[in-house]
Amino acid sequence: MGKLATITRRTFLIGSAAIAGGVAFGTYLYKRPVDNPLQKDLTDGEAAITPYVKISPDGITLITPRADKGQGAYSIQAHLLAEELDIDPNTATISPGLPGPAYYNSAILTEGLSFPAYDNSTLAENMRSFMAVPARLFAMQLTGGSSTVPDGFIRMRMAGAVARETLKAAAALRTGISRAQLQTENGRVILPDGTSLPYTELAADAATLEPVTEVALRPASEWTRLGKPMPRIDMPAKCTGTEKYGIDLEVEGMVYAAVRANPGIGGTMESFDATAATTMRGVHKVIPIKHGVAVIADNTWRAWRAANKIDITWGAAPYPANTDEIFARIESVIDQEEHRDHRNRDDGEVQSSLDSGDILEATYKVPYLAHAPMEPMNAIVLVKDDSCVIWTGTQIPLFVRDHAAKITGLDAEQVLVHVQPMGGSFGHKLEDTHVLQAVEIAVAMRDTPVKLVWSREEDMTHDYPRPGAIAKGRGKVVNGQVDTFDLSVGQSAMAPNWFGRLMGMSLPGPDQTITTGSWDQPFAIPNYRVTGYRAPEMVPVSSWRSVGASGNGFMHDTLLDELIHSAGADPLAERIRLCNDDTSLKVLEKVGEISAWDGPSIEANRGRGVAFCLSFGVPVAIVTEVTHTDHGIRIDSVFAVVDVGEVLDPVNLEAQVSGGLLFGMAHAMNCETTYENHAAQQNNFHAFEGMRLYQTPKIEVVALTNASKIRGIGEPGLPPAAPSLGNAIFAATGQRLREMPFNKHIDFI
Amino acid sequence: MQIKVNNETLEVDVEPEMPLLWVLRDELGITGPKYGCGIAQCGACTVHINGLATRSCQLAIGDLGDREVTTIEGLGNPDSLHAVQQAWIEHQVAQCGYCQSGQIMQAASLLSSNPQPSDDVIDAAMSGNLCRCGTYPRIRTAVKTAAKKLAES
Repeated sequence: MGKLATITRRTFLIGSAAIAGGVAFGTYLYKRPVDNPLQKDLTDGEAAITPYVKISPDGITLITPRADKGQGAYSIQAHLLAEELDIDPNTATISPGLPGPAYYNSAILTEGLSFPAYDNSTLAENMRSFMAVPARLFAMQLTGGSSTVPDGFIRMRMAGAVARETLKAAAALRTGISRAQLQTENGRVILPDGTSLPYTELAADAATLEPVTEVALRPASEWTRLGKPMPRIDMPAKCTGTEKYGIDLEVEGMVYAAVRANPGIGGTMESFDATAATTMRGVHKVIPIKHGVAVIADNTWRAWRAANKIDITWGAAPYPANTDEIFARIESVIDQEEHRDHRNRDDGEVQSSLDSGDILEATYKVPYLAHAPMEPMNAIVLVKDDSCVIWTGTQIPLFVRDHAAKITGLDAEQVLVHVQPMGGSFGHKLEDTHVLQAVEIAVAMRDTPVKLVWSREEDMTHDYPRPGAIAKGRGKVVNGQVDTFDLSVGQSAMAPNWFGRLMGMSLPGPDQTITTGSWDQPFAIPNYRVTGYRAPEMVPVSSWRSVGASGNGFMHDTLLDELIHSAGADPLAERIRLCNDDTSLKVLEKVGEISAWDGPSIEANRGRGVAFCLSFGVPVAIVTEVTHTDHGIRIDSVFAVVDVGEVLDPVNLEAQVSGGLLFGMAHAMNCETTYENHAAQQNNFHAFEGMRLYQTPKIEVVALTNASKIRGIGEPGLPPAAPSLGNAIFAATGQRLREMPFNKHIDFI
Repeated sequence: MQIKVNNETLEVDVEPEMPLLWVLRDELGITGPKYGCGIAQCGACTVHINGLATRSCQLAIGDLGDREVTTIEGLGNPDSLHAVQQAWIEHQVAQCGYCQSGQIMQAASLLSSNPQPSDDVIDAAMSGNLCRCGTYPRIRTAVKTAAKKLAES
C-alpha cells in the first residue's frame, strides 16, 4: 500500500434529496434550475441535487460524470462509489447523468501552475487548492489531464459513504437497533441476527432523514475492490459489439448528414454547385453551413457520396499555407526576447557557463499531430422551438451546451447533452466543431433529429492538432558530468487558443504548455534553464494525449541523453545522480532493476535507451531495447516504471501505461500532420499509420506507490516513450534522432 | 435484394454499389461492425463472409450474392460468448473498444483456419487491424488463450 498523505478533511457538501420513491446522494445545487421542459421527468429531489448515487425501489444507479473515452473512467468511478457503498457495481445501472456545474473538475487546473509537481511546499499546495475555485466558476465539467482519479478519489468515496451511513440510519430507525450495530454488504443493511434489508427498500425512508455526513473513509487496508484487479464494467459489451457509441445510436425519425468544410480550418466557403448532388438517391437537402456545405440524406453513405459530388470554392484559411512556412515562423521566435513567454527554470549561471568551453548544440523538432481516434466525430441533434437535445461523445458537455444555446437562441437550460461512450479521443473530443455543425443543420431541419458523422477524411483534415515545436538545445559537460543544460522551446500557445474556442475569450498570461515536460523535471543540473518562446497563432491547436509533455518529453530528454553521452557517463547512472526528487529517483532505480540495465550497449546492432519524464505529477522512466535488423529497427522490449501514489486498479493501470507508451512510440515512428494549401495532408490511416501488431514490443510495467498524492495514469506513460526509443536507436546505430517522426531518418521493420 | 446475415435472410432496397458495412449499420441497425477508415486500412468493419474475415467497407452489397455474413453479433453474445470473446474478457483487452469487434472477428477467422497459430502467424494475421489505444500486447495473449479454449472444447 502506498503512503498517501493524511486525507485532508475537506468538505465536499455531500447531501441527500428525495426522488420518486427513493433517495439521491450528491452535491447540492446552489439554486434550483429554472423550469426546464427537458427535465420534466425529474422529481423535485433530482432537480435539487447533482447526484452520484440514486436509489429507488427499482434499483441503484451510479452516476459517473467523467466521460469514458476508453481509459476506464466509468468503471473506476463506479468502483470508487461502490467501495464505500458496499454494492456490486455490476448490479447497478451506470450512467454519466445529466451534465451539471456541480460536477466541476477540481483537479484539472492544478497542472497549469508554475510549481513543479514534486514541489509540495505550503505555497504550492495552497495555490493548487485555490485552483478549484475558478474550476467551479467556469463550471469545468471536463474530462482530461489524467484528473478523473485524483478528482474523484475522495469526493466519490465520500458520496458512497454518506449514502451507506444514511441507509443504515434509516434501517436503525425502522428496527430500533443502533446504527453502530448494523453492517452493510452487497446492497443490503445486515442486522445483528443475520437478516437484512435491501437498500432499495430503505430508500424512501432515507430520503426523510438528515444525511449522515460525519463519515470516515475506509483506509486502503480495508478496501475490498480498490487496489485489486477490477474487471471493467464495460468489457463484456465491448467484446460483443453491444457497446453503443455515439456513432451507433439511432433516434426515432432521424436523418443522416454529411459535411464538407473548408479543408483550411476556419477558411470560408465562397460558393458551391450542388446540382449533381441534389438529384442523387436519398438526398433530402443540401444547405450551406459556416465554412462549408451539408448534405441531408436517408443514410450516411448516401450523404457522403452526395457531398463528394458538390463543387465548392474555398476561401483561404487564416494561417500560413504550408508546413515549411509554419515551422519557419516557429523557428524565428526562438531566443528572441520579445517573444519570450516564460522562463520557469533558471538555475545557476547558464549564460556565463555557455560563454566558455565546448558547447554542445542541437535542434529538435516535433510535428503537428492529429488525434485520429478510431471513432470519428459524430453527433445527433434534435432542435425544437423550445429545446435542443444532443447525443454525442464529448469531454466538454457544458461547453457543448452553451455553444448550442448560442446557435439556437435557446437558454442553456433548454439544451440537454446526453454524453455517450467514446471510441477513443486522445483529446480530440475536447473540441466540438462537429456538434456545432450538427446543431446548425438541425436548426434547418427543425423537429427532425439529425445524425452527423464525419468521414475519416473530414475528421483528419479538421483535427485541431497537437502543436508542432522546435527547440534549440545547448549544454556543457565538466569532468564527466552534465554541468549546463539550456533548452529554448518555440511553439504556438495551445491553451489560450483552445480556451478561446471554448470560452470566447483568451487566457491571459504565459502558456505553460509550451514547456510542460521540460521546465518541471526533477534534476539538479548546476546550470539549468528552460525558456518558452511563443510563436504566433497559426493552425488552431489543441490538447493531445499528455499535452505539452508529448513533445517536450522528447526534446528535454534527448538533449539530456546527448549531454550524458558527451560526458562519457552511463545514461541511467547520470540521470540517477542528477535526480533531486526521491520518488522519481526510485522510479529510475527500479527501471534499471527490471530491465537488468548494464549500459546502453547490448550486443552488435542491439542497444537500449532510458528516458524519464514527470508529467501530471507522475514520474515515469522507460527503458527500450531495439535491434537494428536488415529490414530496419525492431523494438524488442520496453520496461516502464511509474509512481501514482496509490494503485486503484493494477490491470487497468498496466493497460493505460502500455497504451500510452505505445501511442508515444507509434507517432514517433511514423506519424505527422503536414499542411499544403492550408490543408492537412494526412487524411486517412494509409498516411498516418501508427503501430501495427507485428511491430509491438514486449512490455513490462511496474507501478510504485511512494508518491504522496494519488494520480491519474492515462497520459504520463507517453512522454518518455519517444525519447527512450530514440536513445535506444542511438545506442544500437550511433544515429541520433532529433526530429519526429523518426522514419524520416531511419527505417522500422 | 435479399442478404443472409447472422442466420437470417433480410430484405434490403439499396444500390448494388453500397458497401456492406453501411447496409449493416444504417439499413439493418447492426452496429457491431464499425466504420473507421472506409479504405480497408483499419479493419474495424471486419465481418465473416462464409466464415472468412472480410473488410465490409470494401464489399459492395451487389457482389455479396448468396454468401453468408456473420457479424460480431452473430459470433456470440453476452450470455453465450465465443471462445475468442471469453479470452478477450479474461485478459481485459478492450480500452475504448471501438476496434475490438473487428479484432475479434479477425482472430476468430484466423483460429478457424489455423487452430494453433505460431506467434509469427498471429502477428501477420492481426496486423491489418489497427488499434489506437495500444491493446496489441493483450490481443496477442488473448488469441493464444482462445486457441487453447477452442482446443479444449
